[in-house]
Amino acid sequence: MRGVSIIGVGQTPVGEHWDRSLRHLAYEAVSAAMQDAGVEGAHAMYVGNMLSGEISNQSHLGALIADFCGLRGIEAVKIEAACGSGAAAVRMGYLAVASGVHDLIICVGVEKMTDDVGGKLTAALAQAADAEYELAHGITFVGLNALLMRRYMHEYGVRHEDFAGFSINAHANAVGNPYAMFRRPITLEDFKHADMICDPINLLDSSPMADGAAAVVLCPTEQAHAFKGKPVHIVGSALATDCLSIHDRRDPLWLQAAEDSARRAYAQAGVTPQDIDLFELHDAFTIMSALSLEACGFAERGKGWRLAAEGEIRPGGRIPICTMGGLKARGHPVGATGVYQIVEAVLQLRGEAGACQIPDARLAMAQNIGGSGATIITHILEAEE
Amino acid sequence: MGIPGTWRLRNQRLALIGEVCHTCGKKIFPPRDVCPDCAREAQHAFRFSGRGEIYSFTTVFNPPAGFEEYAPYTVALVKLEEGPIVTAQLTDVEPDQVAIGQPVEMVTRKLQDESRAGVISYGYKFRPRMSAT
Repeated sequence: MRGVSIIGVGQTPVGEHWDRSLRHLAYEAVSAAMQDAGVEGAHAMYVGNMLSGEISNQSHLGALIADFCGLRGIEAVKIEAACGSGAAAVRMGYLAVASGVHDLIICVGVEKMTDDVGGKLTAALAQAADAEYELAHGITFVGLNALLMRRYMHEYGVRHEDFAGFSINAHANAVGNPYAMFRRPITLEDFKHADMICDPINLLDSSPMADGAAAVVLCPTEQAHAFKGKPVHIVGSALATDCLSIHDRRDPLWLQAAEDSARRAYAQAGVTPQDIDLFELHDAFTIMSALSLEACGFAERGKGWRLAAEGEIRPGGRIPICTMGGLKARGHPVGATGVYQIVEAVLQLRGEAGACQIPDARLAMAQNIGGSGATIITHILEAEE
Repeated sequence: MGIPGTWRLRNQRLALIGEVCHTCGKKIFPPRDVCPDCAREAQHAFRFSGRGEIYSFTTVFNPPAGFEEYAPYTVALVKLEEGPIVTAQLTDVEPDQVAIGQPVEMVTRKLQDESRAGVISYGYKFRPRMSAT
């Protein structure tokens, strides 16, 4: 297998882009990534997206986006794994380069959520869960996370406000990210008094729906220095699955696919959790941050929330997370999110994260979660020597 | 879910029929044909008692399309006494009267009235246990 490196990144601001359609957002990110890499073409494109069929009445994104980006004729296909679609697309790009099939790949995650609002969007997002045995009972995606959070609070004796640190950190970090949706800090009081959405989850536990696109350009590590930018190397890449439904998990409060994919990525990279300088995790809801930290070996079972409560997830802490705002404050354009996380990790490792820069960052981990934990993709990236 | 889907799931929705693995004895709901514990075929029907307890719960105020007329409603993870957990709505109880660990039992109720397709789907919900055990 060949080593794989990221030689270019691009992203659109995350937000409500009423003036731009799905294809325009994708083009903006792809074009920026190609300019960043200094390339004019690619051998293949993988498009991560979840909702285009439901919300924009548009399937068949591989051909559409490749053509719209001026790459008509190349291999291009849409990759779907619910909210994990973005990193799943990067994983497919990684496999294509590592295997020797392709030398130059573009992976783009794109989501256009604001073409519909309300119940239809809520129902479309919920399709990440089991249609016959979860959705038929009227559960929503927030609702599934609320079931987990209530059980977690009950089992470990944790209060709702103990999760506040996750959202406060995300918002504080987003202030320095020009691409983030919510560039304003929040306080503990804001968190405690936010509107309830689906008890115990309130508005400030939850990431916002948004539009956005992010892209990366991949090539074999042995060719990476032929391009203009500073490459970042993918030293660990793994995708693991679990059952679709929470009720089918052996332990609902354990993200088995997070543990499995992280374990494989650590082994491939030859590192341990202690070596990771920053972790872009999937904070769709505060409970997910706690579960992810536990499954990936940063905290013991039932103690992930403590890292937030004790400030260890902030810049300068033991394991900085969501360094550019995370899903909570950068925004969560679902099928694009996994690529945003990797773009942000690359910026950190190139020393180009501006006000969000983690000093001397050498190893970054990004983890993207599809559904309530059924598809989890973990990447470990290393800075150029 | 249209007419074929509603018909196909009638045994699960109306009678809580799952499966039992004849290799390791695990009781399975929803049915999945392959045992999640020992990965052997498990297609023998098994009817669950419908008794269980609340594992977790939440109240949905912002429902997905198709459930607007029912909101707010409370959805729970119910741990059946035979082992599996099911996702289902609670009925005949106010949200502030629900607690983790509370004993519940299955009843049949209307799940959704999809008038466009002409299908009214019925299925299991759970209520605080009233019957003698």
